This record gives sequence, C-alpha cells and structure tokens, in this order.
Amino acid sequence: MTAPLLELRDVGKDYGSVIALDGISTTVRAGEVTCVLGDNGAGKSTLIKILSGVHRADRGQLLLDGRPADFGSPREALDAGIATVYQDLAMIPLMAIWRNFFLGAEPTRGWGPFRRFDAARAKDATRRELSAMGIDIRDPDQPVGTLSGGERQSVAIARAVHFGARVLILDEPTSALGVKQAGVVLRYVAQARDRGVGVVLITHNPHHAHPVGDRFLVLNRGRSLGEFAKADVSRDELTRLMAGGAELDQLAHELERPST
Amino acid sequence: MAPVPADPGAGAAGGPSTQRADERLSAVGPLRRLLVKPELGALVGAIAVFTFFAVQSEVFRSARGIANWLDPASTLGIMAVAVALLMIGGHFDLSAGVMSGTTALTVAIVAVEYEQNIWVAIGVSLVVALLLGFFNGWLVTRTGLPSFIITLGTFLMLQGLNLGLTKLLTGTVTATGLASVPGYASAEWVFASRMTILGAEVRVAVLWWVLFTAVASWVLLRTRFGNWVFATGGDEVAARNVGVPARRTTIALFMTTSTAAWFVGTTLAVRLTSVQANTGTGQELIYIVAAVIGGCLLTGGFGSAIGASLGALIFGMTQLGIPYLRWDADWFYFFLGAMLLLAVLANRLVRRYAEAARR
Repeated sequence: MTAPLLELRDVGKDYGSVIALDGISTTVRAGEVTCVLGDNGAGKSTLIKILSGVHRADRGQLLLDGRPADFGSPREALDAGIATVYQDLAMIPLMAIWRNFFLGAEPTRGWGPFRRFDAARAKDATRRELSAMGIDIRDPDQPVGTLSGGERQSVAIARAVHFGARVLILDEPTSALGVKQAGVVLRYVAQARDRGVGVVLITHNPHHAHPVGDRFLVLNRGRSLGEFAKADVSRDELTRLMAGGAELDQLAHELERPST
Repeated sequence: MAPVPADPGAGAAGGPSTQRADERLSAVGPLRRLLVKPELGALVGAIAVFTFFAVQSEVFRSARGIANWLDPASTLGIMAVAVALLMIGGHFDLSAGVMSGTTALTVAIVAVEYEQNIWVAIGVSLVVALLLGFFNGWLVTRTGLPSFIITLGTFLMLQGLNLGLTKLLTGTVTATGLASVPGYASAEWVFASRMTILGAEVRVAVLWWVLFTAVASWVLLRTRFGNWVFATGGDEVAARNVGVPARRTTIALFMTTSTAAWFVGTTLAVRLTSVQANTGTGQELIYIVAAVIGGCLLTGGFGSAIGASLGALIFGMTQLGIPYLRWDADWFYFFLGAMLLLAVLANRLVRRYAEAARR
C-alpha cells in the first residue's frame, strides 16, 4: 500500500483558552474521499484552516507524502498541491467564467510591456477542462453570477483539479444547495476522485457524505468520535454519531407526540 | 456513459453529449449579450446627445465646433479613464480633482520660484503625484476604511495646502510666469501644441486622450493586471484567496489616478502659463459622473475605460452644445444630472442581470 497523500497525527489547535481541536488523526489517499462530519462548532472549519495553511497546528503532526510538512500560508499549501474550495468559492460573480477560472494564475503571451493575458487559450482551456469534468457550460463568457449554485461549485472544483490539486478540500459544498443540485456536485466530487485526486469533503450532512465517502472522520466539540471505513458504518450510525447519539435519542423522545 | 435519457429532467447533470445543461434556460440572444457590455449605454447616450445638438446647430457639427467640444472632453476624459479603472477596482478618489491643481501648482512654482528648467519642475510634480497616489492607496489598503472618506481627507488637506503654500511662496493666489521659463517651448510641444486636422485646430490633449483610453482599455481587458482590477473590485476577499495581490493592485490604481492628475495638471499649467490656487477643485465628482455614465458600477467590479471616455465626450458635447443653442448655461447641470440618473438606472439593470444567481 502506498503512503497516504496527507496524514494528520494527533493534531490540535487552541484559540486562546479555547481548545478548538484536539487529538485529530486521519488520512487522505489518492483516489479516495475522506469525509469530515460534524455539527456546527465541531471544529470542521479549524481543521480546514490547518490543512489549507491558514493556521498552523499547535500540537501534532501534518505529513505530506509521509514527510512532515509545515505550511506557513495558503500559498505554500497550494504549491504543495493542496487546494481548498471554500464555501464562498472565491469567485467573482460579475466576471466571466474563463476570467474566474484563471484568476490569479492567468496564462500570458508576449514579451515585456506587451505581455498579455492569453484570452483565447484561457477560454479554450476553461471549456475543455469543464467538459472533461462533464460540466456543460453554454458560454465561457457569461458571468459566474448567472450560474446556479451547483454549477459554481463544479466550476470551482474543476479549477482546483486543473491547477494540479492532489488534495482537494471541499468546505460544505452541498450545504446551500437543493437536493438535485447537491447530487450534481457530488457527482463531480466522484469525478475528481476517479481522476486520482484525494478529496477531503467537509459536511454536516451524512446523506451526502455516505454515498461518496471512503472513510469518515466524525468530530464533536473539537474531538474525534472516531474514524470509520465505509464498510464499518452505516448512514444511520453516522447520523447518530454526529448528533452525539444520546442527544438525538433524547430529542426524538421530546418531540414525540404525547401518547394518549 | 449511458445514452442520453429521454427524460429531460434527468439530463440536468449534463454529460458533454447533453445538448442543454438546464432546460429552464432560454437561449442567450445577441441583444442580451450586448446589454452586458458596460459601454453600451454611454455609446447610445453619446450618439443621442450628438444628434440632438448637431441637428439644431450648424456650428456644433462643423469641424471647428467638433474641435471645440473635444477640448473639454479630452482633459476630463484622461481623468475619467483613470478614475474608471479605480472605480472598477472598487474605490473612489475624491482628491483627484484637487490633485490636478496641486501638480499644476508644483510645476509652476518649482519652475518660476525656484528657477528650474520646466522639465525638472514637471519631474518633481510627477514624484509628488506618485507619492500622493501611493499615500492614498497605502492608507486605504492598510486601514480598510472606505476610500471615500480617506480621499475626502486628502482632498481637503490638499485644497488647504494648495492655497496656503501658493500664498506663502508667491505672495498671491496665482502662480504665474511659466512662459519665460527654460524648456517651455518643448514642454508646450508635448502638452499644449495645436495641429490642424480637416481645417480645424485640434489640441494635442485630444490625441493623448485617445491614446490613454486605448492603453487603459487594453490593460483592463487583455492583461493580468486588468483581470486583477476586476477581481479586486468584484470581491476583494475572494480575489486574495486565489492569490491576486489585491493590495498592490489597489495602490497601483491610486497611483494611476494621481499620474493622470499630474498629466492633466501639467497640461493646464503649460497651456495657461499661470495657475490659480483653486484649480481642479470640484472636478472630482465630474470624473466620477463620467465614469458612471460610462457604465462603471459604484460598487466596483464592472465598467469600462471606453465607456468613461464616452461619458467625458457626452460632458464636452453638452457643455458646449448648450451655448451653441443659445440656451442658458444653467441647463447644463440639469442635463448632466439627468444623464447620470439614466445611466445609474441602466447600470442597475445590468447588475441585476449579471448577478441573477439561481442558487
């Protein structure tokens, strides 16, 4: 078995006196989807920030290709092949799809003061890359704002894959979407996985996580409730774990109609 | 991949073979596409204004008349283009008008009071302009405060400095005597010469204006920097997240505006050979009006350099067209205000269309 792309060992992070994360271990392998599940405040965002280089872990180790890694900035993480698609997508609604696709990494041609943004190449690459992911955009010139939420997510995923992401971190990609749109996005997650990308899918929805995930890390109040392979856990168990098991039973009990 | 299913709903996920990604979308017509062009409104407006005056006034449509109304449009246009870039980048510069006065005064005072060659004075003036632009940009990016308030502060400070220093150094509120300074002839050739085109005398500023517009438009649409300008103005946080140097972009834009102010200030100083201490004050809003008529959104992220130039053209045509029709000059501002309102309403529609998110 090859070394995992990314491995976390007993990672922890404090904000002042608040322990945001503690003792988190998980692995991300090429061509697999690692789902991070947790309710609000479970520490999912902190985990993303550590993985994507926004924050440094206070404790524990981050291993990239089996070697200890230490990212000082998002740029460093990006250069190491770890791309993050944030909830707000880092896309500019008023700009054309192709301009967004290459934003910050524009291909250029020409020399000296005549170096210019190679628009033809950018448009062409955008169309090609999107159709390789099975995304059919009508016109790369249309503003991103006219795309649906699912389409925007898909463009963001395609962009990350195009720029050589080996590890793709998706922050709640389905949370704001309807059932059908969420399905579309999950299909692109699977596409990225099949192209050999290691995916970290962060979500609070076990119904979205279970079908596409290979392993599941469940967080609760900054601590791990365990890591499970797909074979070892059912969707219902995941749901129960996420809500803190007993709490959900309690809630179900409270909400029951009083028996008459 | 499985054959395309007959059920149109199931095709929504869309393989490459699927014809339409979303059956609810109507085809994007050429008209709709044209409507998203920021400069379209200004172009229609410019044609309408030209037709309106040209039909009624023979002087307005003559070569001499055209040269006459191109002149105010040119200096305004150079500024409007720079201000438009800044607005697309998400910021305002209220000090742009008074800065053209500051630079003009610097040229006159350094050349006359300190007895320097005019080119030295122009160079000093450029350094002053670049520093002022950097200061504005640095303060805005550093503090995160609205540029509106920061440049209002520099505007007022410069207004005071222009008057105070001019009085202190020249004893009057006017810096004069530029015509007899060494190097004036060559400076006049660059900034204030006239040439005859089709029997009409055109000032060189018109050519500079066309050149500035072309360069700005090219930079905006065809360079990396241009892409960063749109992105910084559209959503600064998102832009920074994907690696756009948003701060540097903003500072560069403020410095572009101050450089344009330097160019216009120098042109004014060389043309008139004497500079009033209140030169340029009050112009800053006119620049913004021209940029907005040209399709710039007040919220940033959208607009065009050509549009801003067309906005300046509308301004020039109206300013001279009204006296040509022997109307009272008071109508000019009414007219300008009406154009501005129309432009803002049109821009609002554009933004709605472009941001019609179907989340």
